[in-house]
Amino acid sequence: MEQKQDSPAGGGLSHSAAEAIASLAIIAIGVVMIVSNYKIGAGWASDGPQSGYFPLRIGVILCFASLVVLLKSLFGKQHEQGVFVTWQRLKPVLLVLLPTAMFVLAIKFLGIYVAAALFIAAFMRVMDKSIWWKILLVSIGVNALLFWMFEIQFKVPLPKGPLEALFGY
Amino acid sequence: MNELDALFHGFAIALTWYNIGMMVIGIVLGIIIGVLPGLGGPNGVAILLPLTFTMQPTSAIIMLSCIYWGSLFAGAITSVLFNIPGETHSVATTFDGYPLAQQGRAGEALTASFTGSFFGALVAVLLITFLAPLVAKFALKFGPPEFFAVFLLTFCSFVGTGKDPFKTIISMMLGFGLAAVGMDTVSGELRMTFGWSELLRGIDFLIVVIGLFGLGEILLSMEDGLAFEGKSAKINTRVVLETWKKLPKYWLTLIRSAAIGCWMGITPGGATAASFMGYGIAKRFSPNRDKFGTGQLEGVIAPETAAHASGTAALLPMLALGIPGSATAAVLLGGLMVWGLQPGPLLFVEQKDFVWGLIASMYLSNIAGLIIVLSTVPLFAAILRIPFAIIAPVIIVVCAIGAYTVHSAMLDIWFMLLFGIAGYVLKKLDYPLAPLVLSLVLGDRAEAAFRQTMMGSKGGLGVFWSNGLVGTITTLALLMLFWPLLAFAWRKLRRSLGGDADSAA
Repeated sequence: MEQKQDSPAGGGLSHSAAEAIASLAIIAIGVVMIVSNYKIGAGWASDGPQSGYFPLRIGVILCFASLVVLLKSLFGKQHEQGVFVTWQRLKPVLLVLLPTAMFVLAIKFLGIYVAAALFIAAFMRVMDKSIWWKILLVSIGVNALLFWMFEIQFKVPLPKGPLEALFGY
Repeated sequence: MNELDALFHGFAIALTWYNIGMMVIGIVLGIIIGVLPGLGGPNGVAILLPLTFTMQPTSAIIMLSCIYWGSLFAGAITSVLFNIPGETHSVATTFDGYPLAQQGRAGEALTASFTGSFFGALVAVLLITFLAPLVAKFALKFGPPEFFAVFLLTFCSFVGTGKDPFKTIISMMLGFGLAAVGMDTVSGELRMTFGWSELLRGIDFLIVVIGLFGLGEILLSMEDGLAFEGKSAKINTRVVLETWKKLPKYWLTLIRSAAIGCWMGITPGGATAASFMGYGIAKRFSPNRDKFGTGQLEGVIAPETAAHASGTAALLPMLALGIPGSATAAVLLGGLMVWGLQPGPLLFVEQKDFVWGLIASMYLSNIAGLIIVLSTVPLFAAILRIPFAIIAPVIIVVCAIGAYTVHSAMLDIWFMLLFGIAGYVLKKLDYPLAPLVLSLVLGDRAEAAFRQTMMGSKGGLGVFWSNGLVGTITTLALLMLFWPLLAFAWRKLRRSLGGDADSAA
């Protein structure tokens, strides 16, 4: 996937560092699993294993396997020097991720249809430099189609905002 | 000939106008999903699953399984025309498919791959028709220990066949952990909710699938900066007929790949592994193996037949045992539970209409699928020419809606976003995601089977070897689990022996 020949000096996280961070995070998840299930009882009750019995053991296996991956990433033979992701490649990813987060946030205030229309329009404007009538056509057309499908056809209510309230939905 | 009677009864169910309509809609949607980057079998089915909540289970599964067939067919379109595998199982199809397209023989390559897919699916459906009822009948005798042993076998064979066994284990355990969040199905106690009432209902596997496979995939494609440049396809009746005339020559490749696919589908090896194996074996046994990679029809037929056979055969353990053989089959199984059906061997006894309607629809929908893909390829290829800047936000919006409709909860959309990021990172680090989905879907049932077994045995693990059947399955499972270790030891042993022989000589 990633360009192995890129030098780490070009900026960005090295592959083995990313591997190590990910396995540390997974170990943290495992520890949380162990602690929280130990608290509710992971032993043996009169009628069989308690609720935490199974997940606690899952947590232990998770920690163990991540520890192996962590050690492999730190001291392994195939110590990968390549870059996990360069800034240049991360930029387009963030360009999708951040607007998506804003879109999800906006759903709460504007309803999903309006938020989606704005999201699609902004995306097309920035990434594709589309002309305005194309943007309007796609962003409104797609949402009209979605509205028809969900609210009218399948009767599945989605989050709606002030605009829909104006039309009486 | 009980099966044949049941099958004809199934045809009567599947052959209503409504169900045929669902079939066509499913296949068309499936092809669109398969062609688009970021949407594939598992998350395509996951997004559309909430729309079927109110439908008849039989019609719902017919439509959703058709989405699956459509996406299997569609993998070949992007591979041959654009040199981009739309699905991971069609990576091997690009090796010979794209060179054929460059030579202007795209129509031939597509016809051959679709027909191969069709053949593979047909073999797998025949296998399901006659083998699945037997397996289910056999499994009716299973108690909790046997079921847990079969679960164990499924999970262990994933570990044994994966690239990095530890990463497979991690992915699987994460799935089990996510499945445990929320109310404990046995005792009703709350687990890992951390006092958060919204976590009471647990984390739905649909949200996870939509995030990991949908949003995660989009993020990955963004990084590559997608620009599609494709060859055009001209398929007409003349090309189709001429290609079909050439196909009987490859009968051995077809049968071999179909057999590999069926095997890999029933054991959860997956369509991706099957397609590579089909390609590799066809190459090894072909008289013109040197020309593989330069545009051989055989090199297109072999992986596609195996992939489709494996994808179809993955439904056999799902129907007969309630254990899916692929990520998409896992999502379909989740659907079963949503529609209120209890997966497992009893399905063949209690839900005859459902099971045989589905099996009959598999015959019909693969015929319909073949006709649809052969006649509409240029149309679907045109979808890929739409700029990614339009496609990407629309897919994200659809993913968000899909996540919301599961429980009508805003929080689920945030979870989807979180799993999208996790999916992007895990995929980049080569963690396999299918085991996570599988264990997330099966988690509660595997745990229940385990706890019931333990209750019966008062905590003794000896119960897993208490009779011949459960003992064999458990031993097999452990063998699969330690397979990488055994293979490694065997290689070491041979090398050291070989080394000795060299020094002696």
